Amino acid sequence: MTHFSPDMAARARELVSLYPEPRSALIPLCHLAQEQDGWLRPEAMEEIAGLVGVTAAEVRGTATFYDMLHTEPVGRYLVSICTNIACLLGGAEELLAHAERTLGVRAGRTTPDGVITLEDAECLAGCDRAPCVTVNHRYVGGLSADAFDQLVADLRAGRRGDEIPAHGTLVRVRRNGGLRVEGAQVAAERAAMSAAQADRARAAHDASGAGDG
Amino acid sequence: MAVTDAPRIVTSRIGYDDSFTLERYLSTGGYEALRKALAMTPEAVAAEVDAASLLGRGGAGFPAGRKWSMLRRDPVTYLVVNGDESEPATFKDHLLVERDPHQLLEGVLIATYALQVTRAFIYLRGEFALGLERLQHALNEAYDHGAVGSDIFGSGFSVDVVVHPGAGAYICGEETALLESLEGKRGFPRIKPPFFPAAIGLYGQPTVVNNVETMSNLPWIVLHGGKAFAALGEGRSTGTRLFALSGHVRRPGTYEVEMVKTTFRDLVYAPVYGGGVPGDREIKAFIPGGVSAPWFGPERLDLPLGQDEVANAGSMLGSGAITVMDSTTCMVRAAWRITRFFARESCGQCTPCREGSGWLERVLRRIEHGGGRDEDLDLLLDASDNIAPGLTWPPQQTTICVLGPSIPSSIHSAIDMFRDEFLLHVKEGRCPVG
Repeated sequence: MTHFSPDMAARARELVSLYPEPRSALIPLCHLAQEQDGWLRPEAMEEIAGLVGVTAAEVRGTATFYDMLHTEPVGRYLVSICTNIACLLGGAEELLAHAERTLGVRAGRTTPDGVITLEDAECLAGCDRAPCVTVNHRYVGGLSADAFDQLVADLRAGRRGDEIPAHGTLVRVRRNGGLRVEGAQVAAERAAMSAAQADRARAAHDASGAGDG
Repeated sequence: MAVTDAPRIVTSRIGYDDSFTLERYLSTGGYEALRKALAMTPEAVAAEVDAASLLGRGGAGFPAGRKWSMLRRDPVTYLVVNGDESEPATFKDHLLVERDPHQLLEGVLIATYALQVTRAFIYLRGEFALGLERLQHALNEAYDHGAVGSDIFGSGFSVDVVVHPGAGAYICGEETALLESLEGKRGFPRIKPPFFPAAIGLYGQPTVVNNVETMSNLPWIVLHGGKAFAALGEGRSTGTRLFALSGHVRRPGTYEVEMVKTTFRDLVYAPVYGGGVPGDREIKAFIPGGVSAPWFGPERLDLPLGQDEVANAGSMLGSGAITVMDSTTCMVRAAWRITRFFARESCGQCTPCREGSGWLERVLRRIEHGGGRDEDLDLLLDASDNIAPGLTWPPQQTTICVLGPSIPSSIHSAIDMFRDEFLLHVKEGRCPVG
């Protein structure tokens, strides 16, 4: 019994096949897990570990480095308000304070109904629409306090579902097939790469062993 | 106002509603440059890029042609495109990805051919959900069109491109951290030497890492020739460049302008660009190239937008992010917010950066919130000096990567330019600006 649904498992295998080394798929697979579960569950990390050939601890250790990967549950909608310099100059701190009052939670927390997690974010590269707000990483524009309240009402009523899908930055991303370059060419490259890595390892070993007599 | 008649090299299509589709791309000359390149020798393509003197558009401004020539020869080499745009106030690359993904892909394909690389990875910032969708869709179209994959356009050259999402970490914009991340690890920068990507890059193989905007310039350069590109701009800063204008301007946005021929003043005040400051207020200071750059006062507005010109004046054009702060801005608050960013985004490997950013942030926070002490200004400068000894520009480095030495820029600038404002915060426990 796998944690990934059959569809997710197929997408996961396809992602792994795109890289010369399976571990490169670790972060994309974490995005898939969040798409399926809303956050990165321990069972998902176990499964990802098996798929890319590392331990579950290594998956967790990597995931906790990245802001987008949530090893604790988050709300259905992650509402991020940028407060970095350009948005600060456009009133972001005031909007964040308003959001905290409206939602009744501090930044970093989730509303009791589990619908919204509020985030005090670093630059989201939407500086021409300050203060920049995103929901599940979809731009919803620079918002006034009133527009923010409307957004929250819409999210709670489920009115922005088409425009703002659930978690998972790859939720609407599908590659139309695997790698196309001839299998033989890729295999030859992989063999050459392994040989080069072995050479380097030997050289490093020789160098480090030189002082040991 | 100097608004030159230079062609729009990378933003020619963004006015179209369907600018991101293959149909629009093909009807506006798309993939002609790739066909032309495939009919040339790889060396001839690289020579055109070299002749263009195209400086990397990511932040460091290293000549792309020279970067390519440094790639160590090896049976397996890679091209990695840096689309992790996250230097605060920079919002140009995701515009290129969302609005003209085929142009980026064509640039990438031209580069793979010139470098004879058969696998390219485009590392896109994970937060760019729409960009990921548009770019992957465009890549699917390009495969179907025969522009990517096996024997592209019947040339005998084969190449695969993979779009790879990040997951939210500023440091992954640093090229060696990006490679670590692409290998499925924490984004810890690698020490150089020995880990220069051109020698030891992705999976230990020689790798070229180029920025999205750099790649997006290649189709035009191949079609019109490197000399035509080099004829634009002046000195080392050739061609046009995207500038992301933000903060206190009437029309914040991303503008493509000819380098050197345009000044900061043109960009901020010209009606077709920034349109001036709201309420016609005075400019107190502006950041010329992302938050890692030292600030300028209004007396520098007439500096040309050129890499060397800005460097010689003591700062950098960096990522092309220009942030205007008018007379209503509290400079303690601005410096505090920028420092908080670095404290949050330090990867934690090196002590000066990890510990220094946190302490600097706390001291600035207490000044901003009315708890400042008389010795705090000296303390800020002293701690900054421990991260970047001498507080010179460019900074001395005590850390693996340049994130650490970038932290003091805003603090040093703010204290240097607005010492009285800091002292008033400390003395009166409140902001004199309001």
